[in-house]
Amino acid sequence: MINIWTIARREYNLYFASPVAYIVAFIILLIIGLFFFFIDISTASRQGFPPTVQNIIGITGFMLAFLTPAITTRLLAEERRLGTIELLLTSPVRDWELVVGKWLGAFLLLLTIMAITFIYPIILNQIVEPGIDQGPLVSGYLGLILLLSAVVAIGVFVSSLFSNQIAAFIATMGVFIFVWWIIGIVAQVTGPLSAGNEIVSYLDFSGHFYNNFLRGVIDLTDVIYYLSVTALGLFMATMSVEMRRWS
Amino acid sequence: MIQVEGLTKDYGLRRAIDNLTFDAGKGEVLGFLGPNGAGKTTTMRILCGYMPPTSGKALIGGFDVVDKSLEVRRLVGYMPETVPLYPDMTVFDYLKFMGDLRRVPDVEDRVDELLEVLRLEDRSDTYIGGLSKGMRQRVGIAQALVHDPQVLILDEPTIGLDPAQIIDVRNMIRKIGEERSVMLSTHILSEAQQLCNRVLIINKGHIVAEDTPERLQARLTGAQRVAVLVSGEADGLQDVINGVTGVAQLTDGGEGHIEFETLPGQDPRPEVARAIVAAGYNLLEMRSIGLSLEEIFLQLTRDEPEPPETLGEDNYTSEDVVTDQNSGI
Repeated sequence: MINIWTIARREYNLYFASPVAYIVAFIILLIIGLFFFFIDISTASRQGFPPTVQNIIGITGFMLAFLTPAITTRLLAEERRLGTIELLLTSPVRDWELVVGKWLGAFLLLLTIMAITFIYPIILNQIVEPGIDQGPLVSGYLGLILLLSAVVAIGVFVSSLFSNQIAAFIATMGVFIFVWWIIGIVAQVTGPLSAGNEIVSYLDFSGHFYNNFLRGVIDLTDVIYYLSVTALGLFMATMSVEMRRWS
Repeated sequence: MIQVEGLTKDYGLRRAIDNLTFDAGKGEVLGFLGPNGAGKTTTMRILCGYMPPTSGKALIGGFDVVDKSLEVRRLVGYMPETVPLYPDMTVFDYLKFMGDLRRVPDVEDRVDELLEVLRLEDRSDTYIGGLSKGMRQRVGIAQALVHDPQVLILDEPTIGLDPAQIIDVRNMIRKIGEERSVMLSTHILSEAQQLCNRVLIINKGHIVAEDTPERLQARLTGAQRVAVLVSGEADGLQDVINGVTGVAQLTDGGEGHIEFETLPGQDPRPEVARAIVAAGYNLLEMRSIGLSLEEIFLQLTRDEPEPPETLGEDNYTSEDVVTDQNSGI
């Protein structure tokens, strides 16, 4: 178990040694900041209703999810490219410990960036009377955390399939675009009464976040969805690593 | 410590190693000699618990590499041929990371100790990406040693090092080999001769010879070759030497160099020396030249197919290997 932490700690620290994490964080926080000011606050003040925290958490979710591939792409692909995967797989670390360790390192990095966005609810709380709605705040961030855990798990899995970071990045983006939009569109296009629509809409990755968590609803099915995706991604990544040994 | 029985590995249709059986005990340095593609790295990877064999068994310290892979990996220190490293970590951080993965107690002290032994202390905070090849090699060796393993498996450990570093590494391997089990692969035949208690020559996935370096040489040379050097006048020297019983196959290299072979079971060297001196020649040098391990190696593995333009598939010359196998090697 301690191996997971050793690996996670190395990944987390390594992020701060390379420009990638800083660039990602900068872009995310810049865009959220601009969004916050120009859209949330000014729109609200023009239209006369108080700015909501949902918008911030919503945009944070979107930004973090789509910049995650840049963070996760190197996790396993780089090990394969450098050949260091041979060292890791001949050390007394179980395959799943390696995968979970990698996931944890990236996840904690994203949580760190997310934590910086706490500043916006704090600001909002000061400027809105009598204070912002606590419910959507808590459920929103909880949903975001779950979303991120699933997103990183997918990233780890895709990274394990490649030895080239660029290929892994593009593939991860492709997967995200599919689960984020395509599934939702399919569900809408086929209509709520068509067969299997319930299943398809359940699979809609962004739906759980935007429709439920952001609105203040903490539904167990939504929690299970993101936890399942996380578990599935980590499981498949472990399988992928193990299969390398057998070939 | 290392026991291998009938080890076979196929990559799809290609058989990389076929029915290997060998072992190595504590206090032994086992050498793996063979051309590229012979199956050395595959065998080592299986022994390290990296991949499972297609069939056969391998035990390290009594643990099966397939069933008890984790225990095997705890016991083994491994340095792959490519010496993979993380270029954006410092030497110290990297070794500490590997030490932590192996739960080395007091890991920081252990790393400092290793850095000193390997003469890397002043590079402790250098990024690995900025090190020379020789230093990177030493970091790779340090990684293999960090947890003081019972079994050390090194794939081409001295490649890329300069002569002084090679001596250091070989001394280290010798010292470790006194108490632990070391298995190393090499192309450098003199290295196998110097370091290894036993040598396995492997070619195309088969073990073609296994013995101590000295006995391997003896087995392949029924006779001894002797070289003689005299200074000054050398006319008639051939006849003098040929006159001694037990001398055969004399070749004159000119300028006082003569080489001859001894008849099996006879050692005419003292007689030859006396005869040369008594006949008035200035004997400078007389030494034995066995078949070096290099020549053995080439002889045993010299079945490379000819380039495709000149020969068809049926004309592979493998009779040398077959002959040697038939002669009971």
